[in-house]
This record gives sequence, structure tokens and C-alpha cells, in this order.
Amino acid sequence: MTGLRYVYAVCRPFGTPLQSQLTGVAGDPPRALNHHGLVAVVSHVPERDFAEEPLRAHLEDLDWLTETARAHQGVIDALTTVTTPLPLRLGTVFRDDSGVRTMIEAREEDFRHTLDRLEGRVEWGVKVYAESEPQESARPAQKAASGRDYLRQRRMQTRSHEEMRQKAESFSNRLHEKLSAFAEDSRLHPPQNPALSKATGRNVLNAAYLVPRAHSEEFVEMVDRTKGEVPGMRVELTGPWAAYSFAGEAT
Amino acid sequence: MTTPSRRMPEPYGYGQGSGANLADILERVLDKGIVIAGDIRINLLDIELLTIKLRLIVASVDKAKEMGIDWWESDPALSSRARRDELTRENAELRERLARLEELEPGRAQKKEAP
Repeated sequence: MTGLRYVYAVCRPFGTPLQSQLTGVAGDPPRALNHHGLVAVVSHVPERDFAEEPLRAHLEDLDWLTETARAHQGVIDALTTVTTPLPLRLGTVFRDDSGVRTMIEAREEDFRHTLDRLEGRVEWGVKVYAESEPQESARPAQKAASGRDYLRQRRMQTRSHEEMRQKAESFSNRLHEKLSAFAEDSRLHPPQNPALSKATGRNVLNAAYLVPRAHSEEFVEMVDRTKGEVPGMRVELTGPWAAYSFAGEAT
Repeated sequence: MTTPSRRMPEPYGYGQGSGANLADILERVLDKGIVIAGDIRINLLDIELLTIKLRLIVASVDKAKEMGIDWWESDPALSSRARRDELTRENAELRERLARLEELEPGRAQKKEAP
């Protein structure tokens, strides 16, 4: 069969077959390529879309990228239900199977080491948003009657912003401390851009936690208990994800 | 104020692929995971990711604008023009206030002008 090889993840051999109706990027079902006791999960992708030049061009197309990223994540997700995958970044493409085999041989040690480290673990994403206050309170309610009034209003405004910032900071710090003490590992990510996430409020914490699958329920409950603890703070939990944030070198 | 839609995650549902926030998916799929150089030279290295992210934000901002969401244009924290407008507005307000004060106390203003 012609086409390039798109690689999603590297895993240990797993017994359970993937869902039969699962499709990967470009609509081709993913399959396992066994080599040296490791499994690369690959699918065929057309050269017209995935060769270097067209891929670069496609990456600037948000609709194309959305579809491809969701398909990539769909395969990783399906893998997460049957094994512990080591997820690769989007856009890892080889000319043919032998290119994939060469890559596996070259990084065998790393893969085994990382797979051992991640075995049976999943990633949970926790975000804290400071809800934006209603605009009325941020602006002077009525026209200031005097200069002193005006300055006082300005000062109150600044102070309430500052209080909100401090409140959000101490809440996030406490939460992160508690969760990272429970988790095996954690990563702090930069706050998300609201233009892309469409989330309301200011993202003050964006973290990922590596948690053994067996302790996940406890972790989820721990996060749930903090919801509504401090007014104006919104806690969001996503997961379980494959251990994307921990797939790189250990710190 | 609108209540934010809270997508409750299903802890053991493994349904991320379809339901998850696009920003969350892109954050992980584009930015995390291991980097392996494919044998055709497509490896998303950090510098490229940065430009992709910038382009993405530009793309989504345009889209949002089409839908009439343009709050960042009037938010001083996000737009330098809005920040200038804010300053101009404050300045005008202060001038007006000063003028009114001088009207109330003409003596003081005159004293200053003719020492």
C-alpha cells in the first residue's frame, strides 16, 4: 500500500484489540507495528496532505488542524483504554514501515524506560479560573461628586482588583500544593488563551498531574471538593488523558 | 452574567476525543507528547509551534470577530488602543474637574497667574 506512515504512539504489546470502527487521521484505521518487543501504532496517510510542504500549509488551517488533532487524540484515547501509550506529537511521519522500525531501534532504551515510568498512570488536567467581576463594580458607579470622591473610587477599584489577584493566587497555590503532594508528578503549563479556549474568567492555574489509574477516583474527589470552596474561583478538571505532559524526559 | 457551561468530565468514560475543549487537545497534541524526528523532515519543534500558536490565535480571533465577539478591543489590558483611549478619557475628566474647581475658586487661580 502506498502513502506515508503516521505514528501516534509507542506502547508495550497489548492483548486487547482496538475498537474495529476506530479511524485515525485521514480516515485510515490505525494498526500495530511490532518491532523489538515494542509496538508503534501507525496508519497510512496520503502524501498529498502529509508530506513536509502540504503539512506545513495545513497547520495554518485551523479547521484542518482541529480535525487532525481530534483524530490523533481519538486514537491515543482508545489506546489509553487498553494499555499505557507513550503519545507522540502530532505530525510524526515516516516514509514507510522500515523507517518506523529504524526509529524504534534507535530509541529502544528511552522508550522502555519511559514506558516503565508511565505504566498504569494517567494524566489529569486541572485549571483554575478567576471569574471576571461584573463590569458595574469595576467602573465608578456614578459620576464622582468631587475630586476626592473620584480618587477614592479609583483606589477602591484598584484595591478590589488587587484583592482578587491575591485571592486567586493563594487559592491556586494551595490547590496545586495539595494536588501535587498526592500525584506522582506534576507540570505547570502556561495559562490558556481565552481566544482559543473560549473559557470565561482569567486562567490562573493550568496544571497537569500524573496519577496512578488506581488512585484516580480519589484524585477526582479531591478536586471536586475544592469546587465552590472560594467564591469567584472556578475549578475545571479534564481527563483522564494519556500522559502527554510527562512523556518527555523526567525532571 | 452568563453561567459558564461546566463540562463535567466523566472520570472513567474515556471520551476526551469528542468532547474535550479544543484548546486542551491542541495544547497536548501539538505541544506535549514526545518529539521524534520522522524520516521525512516533519518534526514540530518548539520554534515552529510558537508560530503555529500565534497563527491559531490570529485565526480564532478573526473567527470570533465574525461572530461579533470583540471585547478585547475595548479591554485596556489587551489592546494598546483601548489603553490610550482610557487615558484620554481620564485626562479629559480630570481637566474638566480642574476647570470646575478653578471656577469655584477664581481667587486662587488668579493669584497663581499674577505673583
